[in-house]
Amino acid sequence: MMSLSDAALTRLRDVVDRPDAGDRYAVHELLGRGGMGAVYRATDQLLQRDVALKVLPPEHPEDIARRLEREARVLAALEHPGIVAIHDAGRLADGRPFYVMRLVRGRRLDEQVRDETPGERLRRFLAVCDAVSFAHSKGVIHRDLKPANVMVGEFGEVLVLDWGVAKRAAEVAGDTSHVLSAETGDTGDGVAVGTPGFMAPEQLIAAAAVDVRADVFALGALLRELMTGGKVAAPLRAIIAKATAPTASDRYPSVDALAADVRAWLDGASVSAYAEPVWEKALRFYRRNSALILLLLAYVVVRLFILWWRGV
Amino acid sequence: MNKPVLGLVAGGVLGIFDGLTALVSAPEVAPQIAGIVAGSCAKGLVAGMLIGWFAKKVNNLTAGVVFGLAMGALFALPFALMPDPTTGQKYFWEILIPGSLVGLIVGFLTQRYGAMVLARR
Repeated sequence: MMSLSDAALTRLRDVVDRPDAGDRYAVHELLGRGGMGAVYRATDQLLQRDVALKVLPPEHPEDIARRLEREARVLAALEHPGIVAIHDAGRLADGRPFYVMRLVRGRRLDEQVRDETPGERLRRFLAVCDAVSFAHSKGVIHRDLKPANVMVGEFGEVLVLDWGVAKRAAEVAGDTSHVLSAETGDTGDGVAVGTPGFMAPEQLIAAAAVDVRADVFALGALLRELMTGGKVAAPLRAIIAKATAPTASDRYPSVDALAADVRAWLDGASVSAYAEPVWEKALRFYRRNSALILLLLAYVVVRLFILWWRGV
Repeated sequence: MNKPVLGLVAGGVLGIFDGLTALVSAPEVAPQIAGIVAGSCAKGLVAGMLIGWFAKKVNNLTAGVVFGLAMGALFALPFALMPDPTTGQKYFWEILIPGSLVGLIVGFLTQRYGAMVLARR
């Protein structure tokens, strides 16, 4: 009996799964496949522009269909420059739910920052914080923040993607379903929400206990990932340690608080997570005010010179 | 602190300090120190306010520093040209150089540390 290679099987699966999106959308190549459906590049025939179309496979449980529809509604509620915009949603002729969003052309955040300075990396991180903080203000918790879910667009904009496991804060309290891992593609009860390494410990134990501090944990892990490959300053290490504290109550209470500390470090100000020794405080003060200190020293030197000149 | 207020405060404080240094650089003027300090403070307040006002209008560090230096020199000049009433001795460079430097420092301070006041609608 002839056996098919893995590549041939994948190709066959792609052809079978390729959605027929009717007259409105012409579906092109597969961009990616995750735990909750596949994303294709498509052309909106009406508006004549490329879009990304996310759709479930032909065989899917109904609760996953509801989850995709909820993801679409969550995205629709989050109109922010740092969150990918949704354009359309509905069901295909074969009953598969789909939604259409902006096609992001760019690179993953971790790939983008490889050649960037620590300052540039931190500014990108702050842009992620800004988007996540906005989502929190709308009562939405992402629950799966990681480098793969953050893209840097062609204009340098930072976009948080994949809100598939996001929940409204009110829903999280009553959530017992657990969910899926985008890495493994697993779905269903008993599988923790998120991605190992970026998932807060409480996400493993009980989804009911998850609040915005789970995203704070993931952002801390993301920050650690972004800063690898170079020497990380002690205050930044302290920020990462506080954000990724195993106990939620030991973390920053909000993403804004985390961002404020990162911003303070960037501005050369003191960081709440770091107990600074006196000599470091003095050095930081000197660095922030070196020009003024040198000017005042110049004044003293001039005064001393005049004393010497006059022979006092 | 907004720029004119910062200029006023910095000019006044540095003016007092600059006046007091006369006790060290020219101890013979000790009997007139109160007048020297008051004059130096007044000079600092006026110059500081002008420098702060300039910083509010022109948001440029170099321009602010140059304007501060010029104002410091301008306001120090009459005092530098004034001879000691008792000895008749002049302290031209001893007053002009530190006075100009104080103006420069106030110019830098207002540009670097002064807050911009946004117009209210």
